[in-house]
Amino acid sequence: MIDGSRYLRDSIKSLPPSGIRRFFDLASHMEGVISLGVGEPDFVTPWHIREACFYSLEKGYTMYTANAGMIELREEIAKYLYRWQNLTYDPETEILVTVGVSEAIDLAFRVLLEDGDEVLIPEPSYVSYVPGTIMAGGTPVMLDTREEDEFRLTRDELAGKITPRSKLLLLTYPNNPTGGIMGRDDLLDLVDLIVANDLIVISDEIYGELTYEGKHVSIATLPGMKERTIIMNGFSKAFAMTGWRIGYACGNRDIIGAMNKLHQYTILCAPIMGQMAALEALRHGEAEMRRMVEDYDYRRRLILKGLKEIGLPSFEPRGAFYVFPSISVTGMSSLEFSEKLLKEEKIAVVPGNAFGRSGEGFVRCCYAYSVDHIEQALERMGAFVARHHV
Amino acid sequence: MSLDRRILELLERDARHTPQQIAAMLGEDENRVIAEIARLEKEKIILGHTSIINWEKAGDDGVTAMVEVKVTPEREVGFDAIANRICRFPEVRTVYLMSGLYDLAVVVHGKDLKDISTFISQKLATMHQVQSTTTHFVLKRYKQDGFIFDDKEKDRRLVVSP
Repeated sequence: MIDGSRYLRDSIKSLPPSGIRRFFDLASHMEGVISLGVGEPDFVTPWHIREACFYSLEKGYTMYTANAGMIELREEIAKYLYRWQNLTYDPETEILVTVGVSEAIDLAFRVLLEDGDEVLIPEPSYVSYVPGTIMAGGTPVMLDTREEDEFRLTRDELAGKITPRSKLLLLTYPNNPTGGIMGRDDLLDLVDLIVANDLIVISDEIYGELTYEGKHVSIATLPGMKERTIIMNGFSKAFAMTGWRIGYACGNRDIIGAMNKLHQYTILCAPIMGQMAALEALRHGEAEMRRMVEDYDYRRRLILKGLKEIGLPSFEPRGAFYVFPSISVTGMSSLEFSEKLLKEEKIAVVPGNAFGRSGEGFVRCCYAYSVDHIEQALERMGAFVARHHV
Repeated sequence: MSLDRRILELLERDARHTPQQIAAMLGEDENRVIAEIARLEKEKIILGHTSIINWEKAGDDGVTAMVEVKVTPEREVGFDAIANRICRFPEVRTVYLMSGLYDLAVVVHGKDLKDISTFISQKLATMHQVQSTTTHFVLKRYKQDGFIFDDKEKDRRLVVSP
């Protein structure tokens, strides 16, 4: 057999595999693991949404749609963003339906980055931004965020990292992995820097609806920001539809148009079944979504209190479904802590450094699990921390 | 939403939630939650704490019937007096006053068909306000109080994902 790796591009060969992947391989081969390691809701997609998909299949909706997505869906997305954020987008030219936010981000990188353009990425960050930037020829520039700032991006940090090559700023709030959010004032603090340096903001708001004790603020709603922000959102988290792979991007028509051009050559269109389900979600799914968000909020408080009691304190995360406690009391690195916890107590959490070096010293715990599950996990983690306390 | 309402919703979903858990989930003081539950119980807003059981799976071969009952309402008390009398029988699990073609929907549980027919013919149908009864036996239960009996859905997520 030939050595396939001889044919691979150098840039692909040097791309490191996701730190999460390695940990997944470790955890998935173990029996009886209690996991706090997922990045998706514990709810199955609400029945009425699944049912709408069955019905569309019965009716024979199995064909391609418009490249940018069904116009009915784009119209519903426009109405939804208006209801929720008071933002107005033209469904014909300013909205693109994608295969999850992941595709939208990849498209944006590829249509916007020239070789060597810099992408400013707050860290800890979701795992695909850095490789996505590199594959599009850009240069990732990591912005440190700190626990004492509740992992918000500060003006000083941004100002210190901007160069003449800076082109994009990637914001993910509510944040995966920290659960941190940026409020209106936090975002306002950055606006003049963004405008003065002519940056385009890619705002991954996939966890936007999962904001607790207040309402999510999209940076696009701030003065002068709509024209230079590409909002990315989707159905995975808010509507418990991860496997359907439906996301969307909204923003400047030239950029969305270019993304659509690339999208039509690579994906053609997002699957119609998922689009039909998404349409139902926006038309009739908000009550159910609010019920799920309320449920996450209950469990958020429960796990936060529990972690504090066992000696793994965390700032109060106000978004997503993650808590990001410090593990400094054990004196271990994130990876060491996670591996030992898995081996000794069969609890899976995700080491913070999988999300970049600012995540070192922390672990990501997801609370999209039942109350019993969370309490069992906390009990075992408590025993572990007591044993390894330094 | 008010505190008592949120407590009720949590307990309705899972009666095993302890006051400590509820307090943590709602971000409230534990003593306040304990006091609130005590009040709700005292005022009979919380009537009891029970479990939803698949008796068929537990090996019980009892029989359940839905009985449509037409009754003559009485002056001053309307349907309440007769409904309350029917409620007192331990065989009767549920009693609703209904709109439509009959008045009371009565769910009766017994150990077998004979048990139920004896109850209806000797106790229920003989009450002087009862005009008629129509009995429907339950053949299979699929869902009760929000719980699906043979639910195939389970956590199918990967152990770790980004």
